[in-house]
Amino acid sequence: MLSCKEVTRLLSDAEERPLELRERVALRLHLLICHGCTNFRRQLIFLRRSARRYFGRDEGGTP
Amino acid sequence: MLVTSVSTARLPAAFAPMTDPASTAQPAAAALWDTEFLTELRRDMTRFAELQLRDRASAEDAVQEALADAMAGARQFAGRSAVKTWVLSILRHKIIDQIRSRTRTINISSLAGDTDDGADDFDALFTASGHWRAEDIPRAWADPEASLSQQQFWAVFDVCLHDLPDNTARVFMMREHLGFDTPEICQTLGISSNNCWVILHRARMQLRLCLEKRWFGADVGSRKEVR
Repeated sequence: MLSCKEVTRLLSDAEERPLELRERVALRLHLLICHGCTNFRRQLIFLRRSARRYFGRDEGGTP
Repeated sequence: MLVTSVSTARLPAAFAPMTDPASTAQPAAAALWDTEFLTELRRDMTRFAELQLRDRASAEDAVQEALADAMAGARQFAGRSAVKTWVLSILRHKIIDQIRSRTRTINISSLAGDTDDGADDFDALFTASGHWRAEDIPRAWADPEASLSQQQFWAVFDVCLHDLPDNTARVFMMREHLGFDTPEICQTLGISSNNCWVILHRARMQLRLCLEKRWFGADVGSRKEVR
């Protein structure tokens, strides 16, 4: 089983490289039972959206 | 497309806005002659460049070169925001040029210090066995979507970005804003893929923590009402 610490790293890496099958399976299993990491995953997704919006807004005007 | 520098011979003989009653499109130079627009644009550009380059002098150089290119450009634009978007894309290329030329002189060991695997500040959030500590376990954020339309949120986001350590910020910007993919970042900065991923992970951990502390935390309920 993956630790939460490993999961946070894996969730970040998932934005950079394709995860191997075993990594995806282990990740999914962990997320099923860990609400902390599930929240973390949602927050990373939100962070990515915010960053894109932030830089996008810099082009069109101040946020 | 990269805008190459044009010789001064191409600058308009009359340093005045050109008007063409037959169309609403004007050269970029026309918009840039508006002092108020230019002042605001320059300010935004400098802030933007500084965020990437972390050094005022380099940022001002990049802005100056970008504006010079823009002034000499003959492209037509139908509005100020189109001009701004275009000028910022020129600036982005100038920033990339600066990053590339500068990394030839960067002391690699200064980057290595930032990529120490295992010497992670965020270890403190986890127990020895790698589980979240009870006080640090991520809690659901209340209505994050709504934050995106709040001015105060963006001010906080700005602060959080500026709080990132320089080397971390640089990699994060290259990835998330300049749109470099990992191999490009690695090649430009001379670091390994894994180092790159460690830095990006740290950046995300820190940004997440910052947003939680300064915005989504329990004590910021009143701030959220500001629109």
